[in-house]
Amino acid sequence: MTLDAYVLIAGFMFCIGLYGVLTRRNAIGILVSVELMVNAANINLAAFAHFGRGIDGQVLVLFTTALTVAEVVVGLALVLLLFRRRKDILVDLANGLKG
Amino acid sequence: MIERLLFGAVSTVLVFTALMAVTTRNLVHAVLWLGMTLATTAMLYILLQAPFLATLQLILYTGGVLSLMLFGVMLTRRSSEQDGVMVGNESNGRRRALPIVAIMLGLLVTAVGRTPLANAPVSPSPTTAEIGKRILSTHLLAFELLSVLLLAAMVGAIVLARRKDASLEGTNDPRERAAALPGSRPAGAPKEV
Repeated sequence: MTLDAYVLIAGFMFCIGLYGVLTRRNAIGILVSVELMVNAANINLAAFAHFGRGIDGQVLVLFTTALTVAEVVVGLALVLLLFRRRKDILVDLANGLKG
Repeated sequence: MIERLLFGAVSTVLVFTALMAVTTRNLVHAVLWLGMTLATTAMLYILLQAPFLATLQLILYTGGVLSLMLFGVMLTRRSSEQDGVMVGNESNGRRRALPIVAIMLGLLVTAVGRTPLANAPVSPSPTTAEIGKRILSTHLLAFELLSVLLLAAMVGAIVLARRKDASLEGTNDPRERAAALPGSRPAGAPKEV
């Protein structure tokens, strides 16, 4: 397979994730969509590592994966906090600081 | 030839499951579709001759992140919703989101089409041992910083999600516990807008 195909698939996945981030109202739904976008970026890194210079791209995927896990952990903690305060996790209703 | 077939099948499943993950209205199903997407990505890594990444993907994402998200869905479910957590996608939001996504996709496809990409693998794919050596030599500083970051994320998550009042640990009814918490509103009270 060619590099173009992998990059295009990753682009499709990124756009699907973007659509989810823009349309979801539930905070966990947004986290799911963000995961899709990060995953698309990881596919790109792995593809460029395979068709390019090899090792460093895969090391970078390891690092981004760890970053994503940290992001999900903190994000879910924030979602729990939001739920405890407001009894729902719809992000468009959480506008308490809106002027 | 067989690689082409495999890639076609894997990418079709990937796009389909990703679409289901962002469009399904049941949040538990959305998380499970995301799990399918992440597992399929592991297959894509195998096609890219990166077995280390495929293992990492299966262990960390489908094992760790997915169960964490399922717990998140279950913990934030309201007691009135008996048959799963339904999420409404506003049609208004969809109307605004579609052009943005279309522009983004168009830009990406144009950029990929106009960039001359090297389309043959130039080097044999690295083994896990080589990756490990590279992490602990060239990328040692980043590796150590990453462990500090993970520690900070762990401490931060505990601090954020911790209950303020430790004396409520004994109560098992969530509504009773929520009503007893100082900052929270009772479940039936109208929301601030």
